[in-house]
Amino acid sequence: MAKIPKASEMAATLSHIPPQTGWMDTPTEFKQGRWCYGAKAKNMEVLGLPNPRDWSPTDADWKLPSNWKEIILEGLRERIGRFRSLRLFMDICVRCGACADKCHFFIGSGDPKNMPVLRAELLRSVYRKEFTTAGKILGKLAGGRELTEEVFKEWFYYFFQCTECRRCSVFCPYGIDTAEITIIARELLNLVGCNIDWIAGPVANCYQNGNHLGIQPHAFKDMIEFFVDEIEALNGIRIEPTFNRKGAEILFITPSGDVFADPGTYTLMGYLMLFHEIGLDYTWSTYASEGGNFGFFTSHEMMKRLNAKMYAEAKRLGVKWILGGECGHMWRVVNQYMDTMNGPADFLEEPVSPITGTKFDSAKGTKMLHLVEFTADLIRNGKLKLDPSRNDHLNVTFHDSCNPARGMGLFEEPRYVIQNVCNNFHEMPPNTIREQTFCCGSGSGLNTDEFLDMRMRGGLPRANAVKHVHDMFGVNTLSTICAIDRAVLPPLMDYWVPGVGVAGVHEMVGNALVMEGETERTTDMRGEPLAGMEDSEDEDI
Amino acid sequence: MKIYNGDKIIPGILIGVIILTFPLWLARGKAAATPDIKFDTPVIQKLAVKQCVLPKETMRTSHMVVLNDWRDAAVRNNTRVFTGMDGKKYDINLQNTCMECHSNKTHFCDQCHNYLGVNPYCWKCHIEPKETK
Amino acid sequence: MGINFSLMAVLTLVLVAFAGVKFMGLQMFFGVVAPYAAMALFFTGVIWRVLKWAESPVPFRIPTTAGQQKSLPWIKSNGLDNPSTKAGVIGRMALEILLFRSLFRNTKLEYREGPRIAYEWEKWLWLASLLFHYSFLVVFVRHLRFFTEPIPFFVQGLETVDSLFQVGLPTLYLSDLAFIAAVTYLFIRRIIIPQVKYISLPADYFPLMLIFTIGATGIIMRYVTKVDVISIKQLTMGLVTFHPVIPQGIGELFFVHVFLVSILFAYFPFSKLMHAPGVFLSPTRNMPNDSRIVRHVNPWNYPVPVHTYAEYEDHFRDKMIEAGLPVEKE
Repeated sequence: MAKIPKASEMAATLSHIPPQTGWMDTPTEFKQGRWCYGAKAKNMEVLGLPNPRDWSPTDADWKLPSNWKEIILEGLRERIGRFRSLRLFMDICVRCGACADKCHFFIGSGDPKNMPVLRAELLRSVYRKEFTTAGKILGKLAGGRELTEEVFKEWFYYFFQCTECRRCSVFCPYGIDTAEITIIARELLNLVGCNIDWIAGPVANCYQNGNHLGIQPHAFKDMIEFFVDEIEALNGIRIEPTFNRKGAEILFITPSGDVFADPGTYTLMGYLMLFHEIGLDYTWSTYASEGGNFGFFTSHEMMKRLNAKMYAEAKRLGVKWILGGECGHMWRVVNQYMDTMNGPADFLEEPVSPITGTKFDSAKGTKMLHLVEFTADLIRNGKLKLDPSRNDHLNVTFHDSCNPARGMGLFEEPRYVIQNVCNNFHEMPPNTIREQTFCCGSGSGLNTDEFLDMRMRGGLPRANAVKHVHDMFGVNTLSTICAIDRAVLPPLMDYWVPGVGVAGVHEMVGNALVMEGETERTTDMRGEPLAGMEDSEDEDI
Repeated sequence: MKIYNGDKIIPGILIGVIILTFPLWLARGKAAATPDIKFDTPVIQKLAVKQCVLPKETMRTSHMVVLNDWRDAAVRNNTRVFTGMDGKKYDINLQNTCMECHSNKTHFCDQCHNYLGVNPYCWKCHIEPKETK
Repeated sequence: MGINFSLMAVLTLVLVAFAGVKFMGLQMFFGVVAPYAAMALFFTGVIWRVLKWAESPVPFRIPTTAGQQKSLPWIKSNGLDNPSTKAGVIGRMALEILLFRSLFRNTKLEYREGPRIAYEWEKWLWLASLLFHYSFLVVFVRHLRFFTEPIPFFVQGLETVDSLFQVGLPTLYLSDLAFIAAVTYLFIRRIIIPQVKYISLPADYFPLMLIFTIGATGIIMRYVTKVDVISIKQLTMGLVTFHPVIPQGIGELFFVHVFLVSILFAYFPFSKLMHAPGVFLSPTRNMPNDSRIVRHVNPWNYPVPVHTYAEYEDHFRDKMIEAGLPVEKE
């Protein structure tokens, strides 16, 4: 793990004033804790990616192919022809600077190349030099810049310092989306084998084993069954989930992070309890056991290769539709890419809730529903017996995850669910939630430990908003509907706002859900005593 | 060249071009008539020296400034005399001095004003001279 | 560097036109040839560039969703910031193009000790941009009085409104004031806000200075030095009717003004000024968020290698059987 300064020190040394030298003349220094390890050969080989080798971004020689420049420029030419977004965004930026102070990485690092406009200029300068008349003739005067090895390394450094959160694109008067530019820049980097291992590893795992963490089928089953035991210990109810079951009505897919580590695991227990209580006819899949898609952080092609499993498995199992768990970028992929890439899913049916009979018209094309939409509908129709006082020990706020926020627009559903399962809920300030929400600082495959310095910096705006409600209302729980959030917000909170925990929305649903035949609940899913039950906890001891 | 979303982009381009070239459509290549200012009023014809209060070129470009100054002088400062370029004194008076010579408002004033879309507010207060045809 | 270069460039253009007319008698070039050439370059350049954009497809439906999606009927969706219908998209685009809605969201970061981060009210950029574009539009439309005969009613009407206060003669146009104020603000913010200065290129200063000088020369001609507008309209109408003439007695300043305008038009298709047509094509704004309802087709969607279930089962069959997981082939 990278050594990072203390929070107070980091905050005190933060300055947003750019250096004296112009950005083209300021060389990029790879600072400790702000870059990720290079992709390992073995992971790239699994995927058949070009130029597999073991390398480190701090090496002087990145072992690029001798014709790397041609490959990159040809790749850029091809992508300009494929994506109107790219071509347009290269041409029309007026550098008004409205995006500059909207990026969490700029707010937290003060590094001017983290201003979205400048991040895009890193690529745009090369585009001008190589693909526009003015840039070819006037060069630097027209903002053009030769693609050199230094420039290429700078791309690697800064395009892996962007979490593709799209916050800048909300403020851009032309809708220029840095995520789009970063996605394509990363594709270019991948053409010559310059991915980071924290992405390439999960992608290779997911490709072969079905999920990012590389959990093999028998282990996956074991892990879920471990949670079944946990639930039984909690309330005496024995749940019997099924796996790879043909003929189930619904295929359920959630990020594998929820299977693997706290606090995501509590969210997963919430899923199991909810599905059991309503008697849902569903199955897990070990083949499509990943909701997330780190392929999305590699290239459009890799996103498609991983995403293909969802429909393929739904078809093989003969389910009617797919239900997706709480995940961030998974929903960007499902909402904006899946049907286009791997559809049409004409072998599935329009999602209908078997419990309430609600037809979900808004998902009639993809045939895939977000669990929070599904649960909101259950609550609305009075199908769940809920005791929100079981969450009284929690004082909750909600973090809108970037992708469901700005790549989908899922704002009210999670709030509706939270307010039905919790009694204490406080919103963070309006500039930091909903479409203006701040990234956790670790999205888009950057949730790795060697990147910790930048993660804490990028998470500062989010943490600062949490601190506001923590100080003001005593908020102690940051709820979220994203698996990466659940993994990275706890260390972020410990760093900036100690005393605030992180929970998935369905963890709180699981706490509040009154199940038929349950024994008296004295603790929440984490084994923490419920409000008013502190004494009974003592008796046990 | 394959065009995507041509059903929206091509009409968009056409609408843009048509709007921006609007003056061309209006003119349709016909040479435009230019105003023909007449100085042949009976009073001017009788003048020995055909000379306005200031040089012709100045009056052409800046008569509105002169008139504005005259108004301020007469109405606000009660000054009624203007010394012309040749030292000659003139009575500051639109109707009796200017329109005395330029009694042909339609040919002298309006032609150019209309040509350039100027709507002077002289005649909101002053009485328009009656023209004899 | 950008500031000095742009300043020098604009000054050079002014001097070239001035000297060309004053000493070399190149009225024909600056008054007729340059405007025609600029217009030709403008139209072919802009159309070519837009067609270039149109050549690239929009493979994915990627609107930036800035409001509640349309999902369950009892949840109120935000039809403008997250449109799911064509009408919603038209509304969103209209607000974007006519009122710069996204820019209206702008805030200013205030980083204070603690750390305490605040996002302060900052509508000046929005206001100045709006003022700049609309005053430019008014000036543009007002200039039609030089390019039409008879002059259409809306030009006259606009002129009346624009000179509402009847200050001075010729009357002061409000749009002239707004225009100069807005351009000046946009220029000053570019050099005093450190981050904005840092990102600014010569291509950012040049158009601002060019446009400012165009405005300044126009204003000087109207209010200070005065020009023979009858002769000028003869020249401009000559251009419009394709019967070009150079009447006598037009001052150098006019040719400087016209030449700078010509440069602006000629420069347009090769510069960031293309944001004007570009904003219409922005895929994050001009598409409905309905990709879960209607399939969006990617014209270059190609088959990719996938790890099939059969391969997966082949790899793990024994372990799966042992764990009691169903398999296709025993």
